[in-house]
Amino acid sequence: MEQLKTIGRELAMGSQGGFGQSKEFLDLVKSIGEARSKAEEDRIVLREIETLKRRLLEPDIPKRKMKEYIIRLLYVEMLGHDASFGYIHAVKMTHDDALPLKRTGYLAVTLFLSDDHDLIILIVNTIQKDLRSDNYLVVCAALNAVCKLINDETIPAVLPQVVELLGHSKEAVRKKAVMALHRFYQKSPGAVSHLVSNFRKRLCDNDPGVMGASLCPLFDLVTIDAKSYKDLVSSFVSILKQVAERRLPKSYDYHQMPAPFIQVKLLKILALLGSGDKQASESMYTVLGDIIRKSDSSTNIGNAVLYECICCVASIHPNPKLLESAADVIAKFLKSDSHNLKYMGIDALGRLIKLSPQIAEQHQLAVIDCLEDPDDTLKRKTFELLYKMTKSSNVEVIVDRMVDYMISISDDHYKTYIASRCVELAEQFAPSNHWFIQTMNKVFEHAGDLVNIKVAHNLMRLIAEGFGEDDDATDSQLRSSAVESYLRIIGEPKLPSMFLQVICWVLGEYGTADGKHSASYISGKLCDIAEAYSNDETVKVFTKIQLFANKAGKFKAYAISALMKIYAFEVAAGRKVDMLPECQSFIEELLASHSTDLQQRAYELQAVVGLDAQAVQAILPRDTRCEEIEVDKDLSFLNGYVDQAIEKGAQPYIAEDERNGMGNVSNLRSQDQHESIQHGLRFEAYELPKPPMQSKVDPVSSTDVVPVPEALSYRETHPISSVGSTSEAGSSELKLRLDGVQKKWGRPTYSTPTSSTTNSPSEKPANGASHVDSATASYSKSRDSQNTKKTEIDPEKQKLAASLFGGSSQPERRSSTGHKASRSSGGAADGSRGSKAVEKTIQQPPPPDLLDFSDEPTVTSALPSVDPFKQLEGLLDSSMSSTTNHNAGTATIAPDIMSLYGDSTASQDSLDIFHGLSTEPTGATSGETTVTTLPQSVKGPNAKDALEKDALVRQMGVNPTSQNPNLFRDLLG
Amino acid sequence: MIHFVLLISRQGKVRLTKWYSPYSQKERSKVIRELSSEILSRGPKLCNFVEWRGFKVVYKRYASLYFCICNDQDDNELETLSIIHHYVETLDRYFGSVCELDLIFNFHKAYFILDEILLAGEMQETSKRTTLRLIAAQEELLEAAKEEASSLSSIIAQATK
Repeated sequence: MEQLKTIGRELAMGSQGGFGQSKEFLDLVKSIGEARSKAEEDRIVLREIETLKRRLLEPDIPKRKMKEYIIRLLYVEMLGHDASFGYIHAVKMTHDDALPLKRTGYLAVTLFLSDDHDLIILIVNTIQKDLRSDNYLVVCAALNAVCKLINDETIPAVLPQVVELLGHSKEAVRKKAVMALHRFYQKSPGAVSHLVSNFRKRLCDNDPGVMGASLCPLFDLVTIDAKSYKDLVSSFVSILKQVAERRLPKSYDYHQMPAPFIQVKLLKILALLGSGDKQASESMYTVLGDIIRKSDSSTNIGNAVLYECICCVASIHPNPKLLESAADVIAKFLKSDSHNLKYMGIDALGRLIKLSPQIAEQHQLAVIDCLEDPDDTLKRKTFELLYKMTKSSNVEVIVDRMVDYMISISDDHYKTYIASRCVELAEQFAPSNHWFIQTMNKVFEHAGDLVNIKVAHNLMRLIAEGFGEDDDATDSQLRSSAVESYLRIIGEPKLPSMFLQVICWVLGEYGTADGKHSASYISGKLCDIAEAYSNDETVKVFTKIQLFANKAGKFKAYAISALMKIYAFEVAAGRKVDMLPECQSFIEELLASHSTDLQQRAYELQAVVGLDAQAVQAILPRDTRCEEIEVDKDLSFLNGYVDQAIEKGAQPYIAEDERNGMGNVSNLRSQDQHESIQHGLRFEAYELPKPPMQSKVDPVSSTDVVPVPEALSYRETHPISSVGSTSEAGSSELKLRLDGVQKKWGRPTYSTPTSSTTNSPSEKPANGASHVDSATASYSKSRDSQNTKKTEIDPEKQKLAASLFGGSSQPERRSSTGHKASRSSGGAADGSRGSKAVEKTIQQPPPPDLLDFSDEPTVTSALPSVDPFKQLEGLLDSSMSSTTNHNAGTATIAPDIMSLYGDSTASQDSLDIFHGLSTEPTGATSGETTVTTLPQSVKGPNAKDALEKDALVRQMGVNPTSQNPNLFRDLLG
Repeated sequence: MIHFVLLISRQGKVRLTKWYSPYSQKERSKVIRELSSEILSRGPKLCNFVEWRGFKVVYKRYASLYFCICNDQDDNELETLSIIHHYVETLDRYFGSVCELDLIFNFHKAYFILDEILLAGEMQETSKRTTLRLIAAQEELLEAAKEEASSLSSIIAQATK
């Protein structure tokens, strides 16, 4: 009987090869594998698409053939080509009664279709039918599809059945039903909000898999509303306790850890529930302590659980003992050689730093190592940490570092991000205006248009308002320093447009204010900008006419507004305006511009220049940018006029809401008439600019008692107070409307640097606390020396550490100013730091690598010397060189091994990719470990499997080794 | 939440893709292009995480295959790394010392296994044994169906003789 069965199976497999596919498909996969370029691969796939299109049109395709076509379609789609012509066949396959076909059909549709695809509607019916099936495997397949394909419109069609399945007898079905319901909740919370209690119920499921699955939706629910789940704290804690005590079945163990994935989820939920809740937190302390103690820090998953514990400890109500053990774990992470653990350590440090600021100081050298690491990911994470620990005493160093890094990268997404971080920190902690402007200039210059427009507004506002103190001298000093820096920068090519806007505005407003620069010099510069950027853009006009024409127009508008101000100030000062020829021609060009805006600005400029000094002074008064413009929202100045009109028999004004209610009561006719008139007029009123005040009275009078919308009233009253042309007033209004922006930068105590040294010791290094000590100067000095002494790594690092952490390079100052009351005297800190540094370097030597023994002994033998810093220096150097040696070693040895095994063709093509696992559970499977463990895996039992597989492949006519050494040799790593 | 899973060979060839968040075909190719160039160029000693467009991509190399999972910024990277490892271990148990060839020729089976571990971007089952048992149940049915077909055809063949 048994024999018959095998024969039957062989018959059933028939023409298929050992991997279950036809020769045709194997050939396809093979030829794709052999393709040497993307173009060649594309050609093969396109040919395959043609074949499949033809085949699918054939009548009466046998089902098994069809299944293979669908899999081939999947393959095509996976390689990034469009297989939409075959989607309908995959949909049809889901209708099939046989499970294997149905399963393949569902797999294909979940991979092909998104939840808003038109074909979904054809599948919903099948899904409904399958959810009712007696065969739980069919139900599982359908539930898999439900998770991917059902959108908020189709949820009601399957929801009742999914809910019913939550009580199915098979745990696999219950689990998938929980996941499906979770997905529904994510897509449309409203549709299933009445069903969330089901998740609570499933938490008590007998099957750990279902319980684990129910944690996913519960996590989401707790994230949104922790309060309503406080009652579950004790359940979660007891589940976690049971898990940690290995009460779950052995099959949930992973690398000797009891159900770690479930532990991680539970810890995440507890972190949310315990946040800000002392009582709830207290019930978690014991189990958290247990887990931290028990977790195995030699495996990845053990560290994952430990990391999650730290997050939880940092989130819940603080407990000193737990914080201490969390700090120990962080220390272990940071001292580790694995970049992964360092990364996690930095992240965890960032979480804990709010609770215990001193912890960062213990790890200052490790943090700096990470900051200077070539690994971008680690570096970025470290910036994240620095961002969290910025205070006024270290802001300069940190922001400088950030800006330098920002300049060096090309990834726009991250550039935007870090630019906004720089701006935020600079605004919050800027030690001086001058520094703030310099920093902003750098950010604008390099991140340009990636910066939020608000930042530009803030900068302009700062320059206009100064520090909010009545100290005009400082303000004008600030302005002239800004003007100076902009005049310097202006010559550089390709400035971002937002920066140019700032430059133009500042030059226009303050270019001539301090009398250092003549009007003609500034105006010449402005014309240069307009010239340079308009030419620059016109070249590209062919590609994107609209966009670039607008952009060029924008530059011209900036420039001409600035010119107008400069000339107006000149006129107002009673000096004769002599326009440079290039300005003349620039203005003439704009007078004939196609853009009405530019044209108007040019005409206004001409008009202003022609006026006498007094009039100009009234139109464009100097230095009034920061005066509040009072807006008379009630239009009280019109009262007299309105009274007059009413006396003459006009209708009194009725507010809009009242009017709506009244409409049907009385005066129907007249009201209606009024409304129609109002609407017509209102639309007109927005469009027309009416610069002179007199002309504005007319429309008001004609509309009688029209309700003037607020926005309109703002605009219209504006010219009354500033008596200027609308366009100018409008533009300045645009720039200055920052009323809603909170003023962050600047500290009230600034500009009295002498007083700062008397900072009381009680002052905490908290945000915003002022330390404008003369330390600032020494910080910048230390930075300079950093730049000059690049060869000496160690002192540089020390200084960096000192400036970041307020560290020991200036111990006297620190102790005198008392930055950190928590620390002991400078000398002691110094010593402890030195020893820590030594300790660190002991950790530092390269990882125990099989390929490199040579340098390690020398490193350790160098230890017992006298001066700790000297020692540190030497150590660092030698360890550096040893790491480089060691890298070189790997590099040279790796190819050797490659060539060694290059001959043994049999093992080559299908080496076990898994061999790294058993020997390297920590997950740091790097290149060389793969290489070094290789001989074992070749000799071990795995090689036999591999050989068998290879033989099988050869039998089937796929012969990858000889024809395609590239693809398969790489299995060697 | 996991947004997608990618398997790329060292030459940048795609071995498996699974998307849990909506991406158009165009975006998918772009994502694969961007990520494969970024990940394949990273050195072996660097950390296995890449910050990418506000998400985090965790990758791990097994022989010549890179397994990549993209998830949210605040997810636990080490856990994700372990999920990858868990998937590979499950594959290994299923195929019996898995190699890249298994995945190349049986990518649909790799999909089926992945579907039993991850669902809707979350981990649904953390026990290897449960996962494999379910897969086996499905395949037994598959085998049974085949046998049935062949026995039927032989009966028909005998009857028509």
